[in-house]
Amino acid sequence: MTSLHVLSPGTLTTVQDLGRAGHAGLGVAPSGALDPASLRLANRIVGTHEEAPALELTFGGLVLSADGPCVVAVTGAPVTLTVSNEDARTYGCGSAVPVPNGAELSIGPPSGGLRSWLAVRGGLDAPEVLGSASTDLLAGINAPLAEGDVLTVGPPPGEALPSLDGAPLSVPSDDCLTLRVVLGPRHTWFTDDALASLREPWTVDQRSNRVGIRLDGPALERDAEHDGRELPSEGAVAGAVQVASNGLPVLFLADHPVTAGYPVVACVVTEDLPLAAQAVPGQTVRFRPVEGPQLP
Amino acid sequence: MRWLPCGDAAAIVELDDLAQVLRLHAAVESARSEGRLEGVVDVVPAARTLLLRCTGREALEHGAALVDALHLADDVPLSGQEVTISVRYDGDDLDDVAELLSVDAAEVVRRHTETVWRVAFTGFAPGFGYLVSDDGSAPLEVARRPEARTTVPAGAVGLAGEFTGAYPRSSPGGWQLIGTTETRLWDVDRDPPALLTPGTRVRFEEVR
Repeated sequence: MTSLHVLSPGTLTTVQDLGRAGHAGLGVAPSGALDPASLRLANRIVGTHEEAPALELTFGGLVLSADGPCVVAVTGAPVTLTVSNEDARTYGCGSAVPVPNGAELSIGPPSGGLRSWLAVRGGLDAPEVLGSASTDLLAGINAPLAEGDVLTVGPPPGEALPSLDGAPLSVPSDDCLTLRVVLGPRHTWFTDDALASLREPWTVDQRSNRVGIRLDGPALERDAEHDGRELPSEGAVAGAVQVASNGLPVLFLADHPVTAGYPVVACVVTEDLPLAAQAVPGQTVRFRPVEGPQLP
Repeated sequence: MRWLPCGDAAAIVELDDLAQVLRLHAAVESARSEGRLEGVVDVVPAARTLLLRCTGREALEHGAALVDALHLADDVPLSGQEVTISVRYDGDDLDDVAELLSVDAAEVVRRHTETVWRVAFTGFAPGFGYLVSDDGSAPLEVARRPEARTTVPAGAVGLAGEFTGAYPRSSPGGWQLIGTTETRLWDVDRDPPALLTPGTRVRFEEVR
């Protein structure tokens, strides 16, 4: 059985699969890879079950030592993989990379974007909580990788590796990211000027993570009727843009608090959440309201 | 019932009071167990709302229409579980609470320990339960703190509005703190991991 020893965890690396949906009623967020499609693709490239646990890297930097041979692939923000044995070979993202027994695998920082997903052929054999191996930073379920950790790789699957030179991957942009939103549930708490300012660029703050992206910009003002009012806590979803009492928005990501005690002005549509996962501190983001679902 | 969107795949429905929320929640869970709400992934009840999170826009539109037409359940099922939680009544806000209710601290403790509480719903954090008095009497109704604390210690027992509850781990919090418990409210190695599940009856007992 191959194992991977963590020589350096990089900026922040966590084990993720597709999360533990269905437990929000118990206060447990869905968690899971911030770009599920990228995780699935990385697993497919190494001929492994799409939902297998993999690693989510934030700004690269991970260094592993292979105790046994393995095959890996990386998707998401483009990074360089260096496999060092007697010599060193470099690889890019989107293709299966062999890592021989005893070799060191080093992942560089991304040339664009923030997060990458590293899948191992056979998947990672990681402990499950409520049906998922995902690390939830807010709930404290499992912990980020630390130096000295040992990751167990699952047995190689029966099927052969797909013959694939490289999967085409989109490169995250460093321009202002436009995220489509549906206004609400509490957009009526805010002035028209505040709602208009959602369309203007907001700057991603350093103090952002899987729980949420803090945004800097002009404080969103409440209208006269709602100024100073308390909102009874209500369920919230990933993509919710919650406005704290200081008027600054926080964009909830997968490890978000399940209930929000402050008004949510708008929610990013499901399809655009993976774009938010690539927003780098200092980059700008703006919101474009689109038509919402038909509700009774 | 007023429906409000939460993006393209979720929505909250607003109801008049907590009792209505719990009756609708019971009806929704009943429909789910009959396989009638397949596209619904998460259901989150709260003090005045019920959130439905679905697999996508179509599932949400279909699910919301179905839920909107449900009859509210007559009763809210009790889990049949009963739990006793030991509390050291040494909370920083105990005296403030006594003053807000125009009683003394001993009376606050007496009301807390003599009331039979029930878990109305869970949320906010894993293991956190919102408890209401089983007979609907709200014996310790107080507002939250005017300013939330950045850190509330793990095990802190508090009050806010019609609810009492205990913080499973250290976190920010705005509730009035009346005591501390050593009881493990969340344990991933236990099944279920949460001690307080909806419908469970709860009693508090004083320890010194």
